Amino acid sequence: MLLKKVLPAILLASALAFALPSCKSKPSDADVQAKVASAIAATPGVSAEVKEGVVTLTGIVGSPEEKASVETAVNNLKTEGVKSVVDNIEVEAPPAPTASTAVDALSAGVTDATKDFPGVTATVSNGVITVTGEIEQSKIKTLKSALDALNPKKVDLSQVKIK
Amino acid sequence: MAALQDKYKELLDAANGAGIGDLQVNETEGVLHIKGTAPSADVKNKLWDIYGKIDPNFLTGDVVMNVNVATAVAGAKVTVVTDESNLNIRKGPGTDQPIVGKAAKGEVITLVGKANDQWWLVRTNDGEEGYSYAQYLTPVE
Repeated sequence: MLLKKVLPAILLASALAFALPSCKSKPSDADVQAKVASAIAATPGVSAEVKEGVVTLTGIVGSPEEKASVETAVNNLKTEGVKSVVDNIEVEAPPAPTASTAVDALSAGVTDATKDFPGVTATVSNGVITVTGEIEQSKIKTLKSALDALNPKKVDLSQVKIK
Repeated sequence: MAALQDKYKELLDAANGAGIGDLQVNETEGVLHIKGTAPSADVKNKLWDIYGKIDPNFLTGDVVMNVNVATAVAGAKVTVVTDESNLNIRKGPGTDQPIVGKAAKGEVITLVGKANDQWWLVRTNDGEEGYSYAQYLTPVE
């Protein structure tokens, strides 16, 4: 009996509850997505997905500061329709060379150091860097100091032809 | 022991005289290792000039000299000293990392930090931030 009287009221109330939010001009997810896209544009590697105003951030950045600054930038869009932010951004692990990877680190360092000297080839064996090829005289100091800075046992340039 | 130190006496004397911090000189397997921190980029360059005079083109390979510059600290201004090209600014420390920006030769940028002796985190005046090869950066003094 009572239920019959109350039921229309409940229906009305719930209808209102659903209808009312739509009365406000709520920005669509696409609108929010556009705003978020420009906020995160400064940080390459980060992407955002918007679902009912909830922004989920994903991607990889180089530092915790970058992660925090992107999150803040998106959080600042609360007035633009962002309800909440789920920050799933990962911070790239900083390079941590250990003793076991010291050899690889030296090889990688040699690759980096010789990149700008296309005429030369450098190989690493037992901590000794051996360089072959040709190089302009004006560049030999730059090359040698770059290689010495890798803390090798020795840098052998005796097979290098100086142009 | 003395032979190598004799050969490079001028270099070692200059290093001592120039106030190189934490100067370490030791001979291992026939190679004289010289490590330390120069008070300025100029001092570092002078040492390399002396080394190059004693061993032209560094062909003998009996020295490994690793001298850093004391003024190259976070927050310092550094000049891009490439040969002619722009300096790559990369996402991470390594030439396998994607390039996120460039700095022109002679441009003065900010040293933000160091990933290691080779790769420094820098920021250009346009706000581009990333890692560049330390060899091409010298502190402004």
